[in-house]
Order: sequence, then structure tokens, then C-alpha cells
Amino acid sequence: MTPISLGLITGLALAAVAIAAAFLPGVPVRSILSGVSTAAMSAAGVFTGALAMAGATGKLVVPIALPLGPLTFEPDRLGGLFMLIASGVGVLVSLYGIVSVHGASASRTSWIALAVFMMGMQYVPAAADVLSFLLMWEAMALGSTVLLLAEHASRRRVSSAAVWYSVMSQLSFLFILAGFAVLAAAAGGTTFAELALVSPTSTAGLTAFVLLVIGFGSKSGLVPMHVWLPRAHPEAPSHVSAAMSAAMVKMGVYGILVVCVRFLPGGPAWSGILLLTLGGLSAVYGILQASVSSDLKVLLAYSTTENVGLIWLAIGASVLLGAYGLTATSATSLLAALLLTVSHAAFKTTLFLGAGSVLHATGERDLDHLGGLGRRMPWTAAAFGIGCLGAAALPISSGFVAEWVLLQSLVHGTRLNGAAVSVTVSIGMPLAVAVVALTAGLAVLTFVKSYGIGFLARPRSDAAAGARESHPLVRVVLVVAAAIVVLLGLMPGPLASVLASVVAEDGARRPGIVDTIGMAGVSLPGLGALLDPIALVILAAVVAVPVLAVTIASALRHPQRLGASVWGGGGERTRPRMQYTATSYAEPVVRVFDDVLKPSRDVEVTHAGESRYLVQRVKFSQNLTDVIEHRLYRPVLSAADRLGVRARVIQNGSIHLYLLYSFAAILIVLIVAVL
Amino acid sequence: MTLATVLVDLVQVLLFAALAPVLIGVTRQVRARLEGRAGAGIWQPWRDIRKLLVKQPVRAPGSSWILRVAPLVLTISSLVLAALLPLVSTVAGRLIPGDLFVVVSVLLIGAVALALVGLDAGTAFGGMGSSRHMTVLALVEPTLLLAIYALSIPSGSSNLAIIVDSRLANPSIIVSPVGLLAMAAFIIAVAAETGRLPVDNPSTHLELTMMHEAMLLESTARDLGWLEFGSWLKLTVLLGLIGNLLIPWGVATTTDPMQVVVGVPAVILKVLVLGGMLSVGEVLLAKVRLFRVPELLAGSFVLAFLAVAVSAMVP
Repeated sequence: MTPISLGLITGLALAAVAIAAAFLPGVPVRSILSGVSTAAMSAAGVFTGALAMAGATGKLVVPIALPLGPLTFEPDRLGGLFMLIASGVGVLVSLYGIVSVHGASASRTSWIALAVFMMGMQYVPAAADVLSFLLMWEAMALGSTVLLLAEHASRRRVSSAAVWYSVMSQLSFLFILAGFAVLAAAAGGTTFAELALVSPTSTAGLTAFVLLVIGFGSKSGLVPMHVWLPRAHPEAPSHVSAAMSAAMVKMGVYGILVVCVRFLPGGPAWSGILLLTLGGLSAVYGILQASVSSDLKVLLAYSTTENVGLIWLAIGASVLLGAYGLTATSATSLLAALLLTVSHAAFKTTLFLGAGSVLHATGERDLDHLGGLGRRMPWTAAAFGIGCLGAAALPISSGFVAEWVLLQSLVHGTRLNGAAVSVTVSIGMPLAVAVVALTAGLAVLTFVKSYGIGFLARPRSDAAAGARESHPLVRVVLVVAAAIVVLLGLMPGPLASVLASVVAEDGARRPGIVDTIGMAGVSLPGLGALLDPIALVILAAVVAVPVLAVTIASALRHPQRLGASVWGGGGERTRPRMQYTATSYAEPVVRVFDDVLKPSRDVEVTHAGESRYLVQRVKFSQNLTDVIEHRLYRPVLSAADRLGVRARVIQNGSIHLYLLYSFAAILIVLIVAVL
Repeated sequence: MTLATVLVDLVQVLLFAALAPVLIGVTRQVRARLEGRAGAGIWQPWRDIRKLLVKQPVRAPGSSWILRVAPLVLTISSLVLAALLPLVSTVAGRLIPGDLFVVVSVLLIGAVALALVGLDAGTAFGGMGSSRHMTVLALVEPTLLLAIYALSIPSGSSNLAIIVDSRLANPSIIVSPVGLLAMAAFIIAVAAETGRLPVDNPSTHLELTMMHEAMLLESTARDLGWLEFGSWLKLTVLLGLIGNLLIPWGVATTTDPMQVVVGVPAVILKVLVLGGMLSVGEVLLAKVRLFRVPELLAGSFVLAFLAVAVSAMVP
């Protein structure tokens, strides 16, 4: 028995233990035992994933009674990477869950669902045939739906979110199933090895490609299939939103990577353009919605759409450049996609768990009611701040390295040996750079807003003023997650080298694409670019010495004076309500992009007594719509409603009518059988 | 990284740190003379900084460490820029080349530090300045990246030192239509990035129109000093970069002492001339309404996009 099959079996056994432990009476016992077992299962997944990524092989075969072939789990290098991501997030999330769950989300059902969800997510990338892939995919969807429903009794919006989520995830499943069916029919088998034999330019290959793009795109939350994300992420318990955003949407990315790298490599240029467009659209639309959102978790959910959009954009660029024979830049884009994936998993876990910590301490998700948490919750604030650096792609975070590699591959993508390759690429790459740049700019605004309004300034509500730091275990989890963001940003070289080998056909390290340089820096020899974050930090430290020396000398002679009133010019102390809020912070963006955001504002003025000039109170409300949802989904939904009303005629509750239907049905069957 | 490279870099950083307040003094003096005032002399910014650094800071209760640390971050980010960009010479350390995207991200760090200072005070003005500043910054980003992308195409590298070198070796790049379009877009982006007219008025005292100044309202003494110094230094190094991109002659391409001795006065001259032109331009220009700024930036984006698309298509 190889270590990988041992790891896979151990994982399944620990999942069974977690499910069994969930039946124990008493919330604390149940939470600790089930949570620890789920974390242990994820740790086994980390072990298996890392081994598979390093190139070890091994498989787990589960015979079944169906006439299909046994379920086979055999992670390859790429699968190993995604297994590692899913289970790494799983470890942090399960530990966080132990202390954060209470009420309905600590029930038996919820703990069972968490174990099933985690198991499904970790075994999707291990699957080596269609049946086991789809089975684990459904386990993942089922577990997450049940978890999302946990708090349906206390909040009204949960059930509507769950309906949206399950409909969208089943639609996505339908397209994936159809795509696999087309591939399997063309290949004559259901194992992944057989599917890889289908020609990428055949009709079957291209049909399957489009179907799978829709299916996996929907799971990734790409525009226009993103509508479930801003509903499901905020309503789920925080550790579940972290797992959904950081790991589950990555399974959509894994799916499309498997399609583009393993099943149908070397697709035509238009397939790359399709992915590039979908990704670019999602990136800009997602971050635009995030930048104007005041609800912390909705903001993070839209930012997930943005980040996954960037990942798809990178994959699309890789396919497009590959189609024009730019192998080095194509491989670099693919590397950028993987770096973005790993980095997003790290910082989004930090951000969602940080938001959960804030929610737990204040009961508020609305940034307009937060403020001043930096002093009250220093650990959460520090971790959330580092997560923001990652999300805004600023140095020295993992997000910066990933976007740097992406931009490098895009700007070097138009020329092969000094000659322009095609007009499509010459137009497409600058547009992609512009999309990435606009996304990066708005991401900086979004995360300055969420950190600055939430954690700086003065508290805007009593709940925020009375906030307390979270449980020590929560702090540990937050610090570990934030440390990963910084570590990957400081020492990207080794990770980049490993990731480049993960997608190479033979698994060998190709020195022409990426190298480790200097102090764990990353260099792209094919493009003549290098980045050594530690050297930059040293440079900053050196130039900081005189600045710090002057400041310290000055601080020793002239200590600060506290107690002056804020903006003392008027003499009167301004109240915290007069501060800028998240809504007002985003107002210029709303105005600039009002064609897309379609804001509707309502100002209600109550006058004092008879006077037209004296105002008693002013009430302001603003509503921003999701244009795509409004224009695309509402008409479909209302059409379905109308159809339902019409259909009521044939289902009027009369038993006689139903008997007539049965009789007619039997008659038709008999007639067809006779003919 | 050889000792000579370190020394040249050190000269460059010290030179620009000393030059930044002088540049501001020159622009203010030129402006004052053009407006018929006597002006305070070109050394006044230096005296202001010295005064601010020895005053007692007054800080509002409830303000956090951001108010203390962010000014330092802004100044350090500007100093890092002074070390990374090819100003006096185009020699660079092997591990820290002046990569375009790294330079942009260092610029962003300084901007974010400033925006957080604006929010930390917890006033309406600070928040307003911060919000406007970040909006403009988000919209500048595509223009800036596309403009530098266009600049990078002729030399095939995103390393600024190599770009300046290749312009020096082949000056026809500078006056080619593509090069001019890219420089025009780049200059508009830099004006927006450093808060100059027509995007922001650096000398305004009318609260409702200001961005940069609104964020500094709560800062005093050394906090204010570092914020001002960091912003001045940022403007100075970016002018130095524009100078070297437009007129690359005079910049040292090796660590040869003779070249460096020529490079220092050359870059001082370029920066001061550009500073003078900047203030003449600012006297003639009016500030654009805040919500017209996106139109200006969209125009500059189109210039940059044309430059990239054309130069990418030319075989």
C-alpha cells in the first residue's frame, strides 16, 4: 500500500469518525470531538495532497455494484495541489469552527454536514474518473447547502439564499454532467485517462468545452452566474463562508484547469478568448460591486468573484497565447493562475475568518456601524489588515507576487522573437492589462475602505464600542492564516517553482519558465524579469534608518500631547456620527460608474413643526442593484412564475382529473408498445 | 551588487532627499512671481520641514498607531522609489531592478498610507479626502500601467533602467508617435498620482475642493512633516523619471565617477526645469471639477491604449 492510498483511506476513516462524533450529546463535547476529527481529516488531506504534488503516485479503488467501473481516487500533481489547498483551508476552518459555532450551527446536522462538505471538497481533486468526481462534487454541494441552511430559523434571508444557492449549484452540476457525458461518449470510457484522448478541436471536444465552462464557471461564481455568491456567503456561518470562498469556488477553477491542461490541451484561440472575456468581465464587475458594498461579507463575496475572474483571465491568456505558439508566456500565465489561486485561498480565509471574528464581537456586518475596532481587537485587526494587503495585491503579500507574474506574462505576450504574432493578441493583451489594472486600483480602494472604516477612526455604534477580542484559538487560526499570506509574499520562489512543475506535462521542472533567485525571490528567465521581495524589504529597512533615527530623536525631546479635540478648528468636538461611513466613502465610485450600478437614492426630510426651513430629521437610503441579476434573472424568473400560474389549470386538485391523466398515460404507453 | 553600485544609489537617494524641498520651493517661487507676489524664497520648504520636526505633535484621543506610522511609511516608500528609479544613473542592483510593476506598487503603498491617515482621524474632511484620493487612484491605475506598458514595448523589458538605456541608444523611440502618445498619457497619470493641477490643487485652502490637504488636517508636527516630505519626494522622483525618459542624455550608464559627476547636475537641471514648467502650467490651468476627472483620465487611457495597440501591431 502506497502512502497516498494510506492517506486517502485515513481521510475517509477520519471523516467517518467526525460524523460519528457529531451524534454525541452536549454541544461542547460534540464540537470539540467532531471539529478535531474534521481538522485531522483535513490534515491527512494536506499530507496526501503534498505527496501527490511532489509526484508520488498511489490510488484508492472502491468497487461498486453499478455496471460502470469502480470509483478510483488517484490524485495527480495538479489534483494534489488543489487537495492541499482545500484541506489546508479545511484545517483552519474546522479549528475555527470548534470555538465559533453556537446555536443552530453547532447542531448534529451541521457538524455532519461540515464533515461531508470537507470530505467532498478534498476528494474532488483526487478523483480519477467521472463517476467519483461527480459523486464527491455532489457531496460537496449537499454538505454546503445544509450548512448554509443552519440558521434559517433565526434569519429570514437564509432560506432565500439557500434556494438560490441550490438552484445554481444544481444547474452547474447539470452542465458539468452534460459536458462529461459528451466527452465520455466520444472517448468511449469514463476514466480521466480515456477522456484525455478526445481531440480538442473535434466537435465533441468543443461542445464539451463550452458545457464545462458554463458548469465550472457557475461553481466559480463568474459573471453572469455569480448571483449565488453574494447571497450564500453572507448568510452562511463565518467558517463555512471562508471554506466556500477560499476552497469550494476553487473546485470550479480545478475543473476548468483539468479541462484546459489535461483533457483538451491546445484548444483553439477562441476558447482562450472566451475564458479571457468571462474572467475579465467577472473581475471588473465583481470588484466594482465590492467597492460600493457596505456589508463586510457581501463585499468579500463580490471580491471572490473578482479574484476568480482574474484566475480565469490568466487561464484564458494561457490558452490564447498557447494557441499562437508563445510557449514561455503561456506557461507563465498558467503559473500566474496557480499563484493567484493559492494566494486567494490564503488571504480570503484570513478575511472571512476575520469578518467572522468581528461579527461575533459586535453582531454587525454593516461597515457603516463599525469603527475603532483596531484598538479593541488588535489581533483580528492585524490579521484582517494583512488579508487586505493580499486582496489589494500590495507588497509584501502573496497577492502582489501573483499579480506581478500575471502582468509580466501579459505585457510580454504580444511578441514572439520580436515580431507581433496576431492582431487579436495585440488588442487582447493590452485590454487584459487594463482590466487587471482597473481591478487592482478598485481593489485597493475596496480594502482601504473595509480596513479604514471598520478598524480605524471612532466607533459608529455602541456594539462596536463594546467589542472584545475573540477566543485565543480564533486568534491562533487568524495569525496562522495571515502568516501564510506574508510568507508566500516574502518567499515566492520555491512555491512558484513547485507550481510550475505541477502543470508541466511530464511533471519535470523546466528551468526556462521560473527559477528561484536571491533570497527566495522569483525570476522569470524567459521574460527577463525578477522579483525578490526580501531584497526590497532590506532596501526599505536601510532607507528607513535615518528616518526612524530623526523621528525617535524628535519623539524623545517632544513627546506627543493627547486630548486635543478632533478637528479642533470649530472648538466643538464632532460626534462619531459625523465621520465618513463606508457608503459615503464609495460615493464617488457610485457616481463615476452610475451607468453600471444604477443607484437609487431616497432622502426623507421631516420638518420641525410648521417651518419649512427647520429640519427635525433627515433619512437617507441608497439602493444599489446588481444589474445582471435584474436584467437577466428577473425576466427568466417571472416567466417561470407565469408558466407556473398557467400550469395550475392542469393541476387543479381534482382526483378525477389525475385518474384521467394516469389512464391516458397507460393508454399511450400501450398504443406505443403495440406500434 | 558591487560597492560602486551601492555608492551610486546612495548618492541618488541623498541627492533627491535634499532636492525635494528645493524643487517645491522653486515651483512655489515661480508661481508667486508669475502671480505678482514676492514669494518666500526657494529654501522655505526646508525651513518648514526643520520646524515641523522639532514641534510637539498633538494627537486626538482615539487615534491609532496609523497616525504615527503611516507618515513614516509614506516617506520610506518615496525613498525606496528614489533608490529604484533610474535618476542619476541606470545601474541597478541585480536583485532590485527598477521593475515597473514594483515601482507602481511602491507608489500605491505610499498612497494607501496617506488614505489611512485621512480615515484614522475620524473626521468628515479626512474621510472625504481619503475617499476622493482613492477613487482617483483607482482610475489612474489602468492609464498608468498601460502607459508604462507602451514605454516598455520598444525595449522588450519592464525594467526602467533598460528602458532609459534603450532610449539613450536609440533616440528615435522618444519622438516616434507611439512614444509621444505614451509620454502624454504617462504625464497625465503622474499629475493625478501626485495630486497636481488639473486633478488636485496643491495650494488650496478651500476644504470642499481639496483632496491631499484634507487628509493631512489632523496631522501635526513630525507627522505632518513626514507626510509633506514624502509627498514632495514622490513628486521629485517622478519628475526625475519623466526627465530621463524625455531627455535621457546625461544620465550615467555605468558607475564611472566621471559619468556620475555629470549625471548629478544633469538630473538636478532636468528636475528643476520640469518643476518650473509644472508651475507655469499650473498658473495657466484651472482645477477640473472632481467628477470631470474621470473624463480626463479616460482620455489619457485612450492615448495609452492607442500607443500600446499600435506598437504591439507594428511588426
